[in-house]
Amino acid sequence: MRIVVCVKQVPDPNAGVARIDPGTKRLVRDGVPNILDPGVEVALEAALQLAEAGGDNTVTALAMGPESATEALRRALAMGAHEAALVTDPGLAGSDTLGTARALAAAIKQVGFDLVVCATESTDGYSGMVPGMVAELLGVPHLSFIRQLSATGDAITAQRVTAHGYQTLRCALPALVAIASGSHEPRYPALRGIMAAKRKQIATYDLAALGLGAADAGEAGARERVLALQPAEQRSAGAVIEDDGTAAARIADFLQQRGVL
Amino acid sequence: MLDFFAVESLLTPEQIAIRDTVREFVDGEVLPGIREWWDNYTFPLHLKNTIGELGLFGANLPEEYGCAGVDNVAYGLIQYELERGDSGLRSFTSVQGSLVMYPIYAYGSEAQKRRYLPELAAGRLVGCFGLTESDGGSDPGAMRTRARKDGDGWVLNGAKMWITNSPIADIAIVWAKDDENVVRGFIVPTGTPGFSAPEITSKMSMRASITGEIVLADCRVGPEALLPGVAGLKGPLGCLTQARYGIAWGALGALEAVYTTARDYAATRTTFGKPIAARQLVQDKLVRMVTDHSLGLLLAHQLGALKDAKRMTFTQVSLAKRNNVRVALNGARLAREILGGNGITTEYPVIRHMLNLETVDTYEGTHDIHTLIVGRDITGEGALE
Repeated sequence: MRIVVCVKQVPDPNAGVARIDPGTKRLVRDGVPNILDPGVEVALEAALQLAEAGGDNTVTALAMGPESATEALRRALAMGAHEAALVTDPGLAGSDTLGTARALAAAIKQVGFDLVVCATESTDGYSGMVPGMVAELLGVPHLSFIRQLSATGDAITAQRVTAHGYQTLRCALPALVAIASGSHEPRYPALRGIMAAKRKQIATYDLAALGLGAADAGEAGARERVLALQPAEQRSAGAVIEDDGTAAARIADFLQQRGVL
Repeated sequence: MLDFFAVESLLTPEQIAIRDTVREFVDGEVLPGIREWWDNYTFPLHLKNTIGELGLFGANLPEEYGCAGVDNVAYGLIQYELERGDSGLRSFTSVQGSLVMYPIYAYGSEAQKRRYLPELAAGRLVGCFGLTESDGGSDPGAMRTRARKDGDGWVLNGAKMWITNSPIADIAIVWAKDDENVVRGFIVPTGTPGFSAPEITSKMSMRASITGEIVLADCRVGPEALLPGVAGLKGPLGCLTQARYGIAWGALGALEAVYTTARDYAATRTTFGKPIAARQLVQDKLVRMVTDHSLGLLLAHQLGALKDAKRMTFTQVSLAKRNNVRVALNGARLAREILGGNGITTEYPVIRHMLNLETVDTYEGTHDIHTLIVGRDITGEGALE
């Protein structure tokens, strides 16, 4: 089975407050530590576990971004991906979600796939739209919020997180799955993996190689416009329930109102 | 990583990636539990499989024996990050790599290398190193442990002291004098009749590391136990150079841990209406710690570059081990002062590192012994003999 994992490099969410360029309204990525998206690490772990479960499987990490995104791909290789590919072109700057999905889908077709594995959303833009768009452009089913994954023959079985529990889905390949955050514990890249990653070639594709034009991706092709940005509201302190003999009942009511119980 | 002089700019992408993966491992798997393990005198043996999977045992030995084959700067960064967690953890991997795997690699037969190195690299076997005896660790040439030739094998008798990992080890590298008074090395499976390793249970340092004795009472081993590639004290001393190299890096990891704790504490602890970080005497202590860390890290990096270029001398290793451990210990004492009363509880990592570093300052060549090794080198006059 050929598994392609969509990989993204993001500013390190633990390195401090993310900065937005007020002119371009884009996240500042230069001069800040960039890392492999932690959500993608979870998706990659799911893909690696599936590949290691048996059979003749390859995992290809695919990123779209500037040259520096090769660092994220090297990390994916170090974790265990067999191959890596980068979609990079100056014309991709300013791509909206559809432009990103077009570029990724075109590259996935070139790489060849039976299963595409994505994170549910990225840890910078958080739009959560790209996996569904890529599935649509590839013409394959999109299984979202997946927490468990196994393969049998030419089909996968997946457990999907819903508001009320879990659905078990079975789906013929090819398909795309978006992995739920926190569902898998990413492995630490082993030293031998890091050393092997250094020796691996990373295939690159530009827009022309993917058969895409300026109208398909990048600023020129973008249909989304960011009109304004504002900082998220600070969370207010939670309610404190002091026990006057009724605390247990009040906590139970609180949880029941929110559908937890 | 504490890096006031941008040493990271001297590192390759692979060295940075290796440092980062060990740092993540320490943050994720070691720091959450280390206080409890240290307090309870427990070694986190469950970590050995992950350490093996990561490739941290004997990481600078070749891939053909199941090791990671990284360069010596990367190896040093590994020791740095492990000791940022705890000196006991670094000792565990350091002993396995430098004092067990290295002698098998450097002095062992091909059959010994094939048999033991992949198992030790994966953490499926644990090793220990028996050189020091109770009558004086600084003078290994005076060892009393004997290896008597008996048929085609050997009979070992004697006792070793302060042996990291001995109570949990599967094999021991034992150094003993043969019938001609020549020091020889042996790979001794710890299940061999006549081998025992009682644990030392009264340490106030290295409490998350298992230390024991080795007692050899007519312990008979076959000819395959002998390390054929070396005879004389240069065998064990060659291993110690490898281990001391790692310690020169590792101690700085402990210094980072105590420094960052003290700096963060000073920023939030208020006296007389100001954070104590605003006080000149506190700033002086913090600056001394950062200065020592910066100088030590540049020294360690250059030592690694020399080792990779095969130009490192054991005297340079002595100077670096001597300096970097002592400044780490001094830094830990300064951090303890900054934390005041909180500095004596294991709620903060400072006293744990400080007490561990008392051991690190003593083992693998005491501070004084390294002074005399360097002194002999620069004056041509031996004060050890």
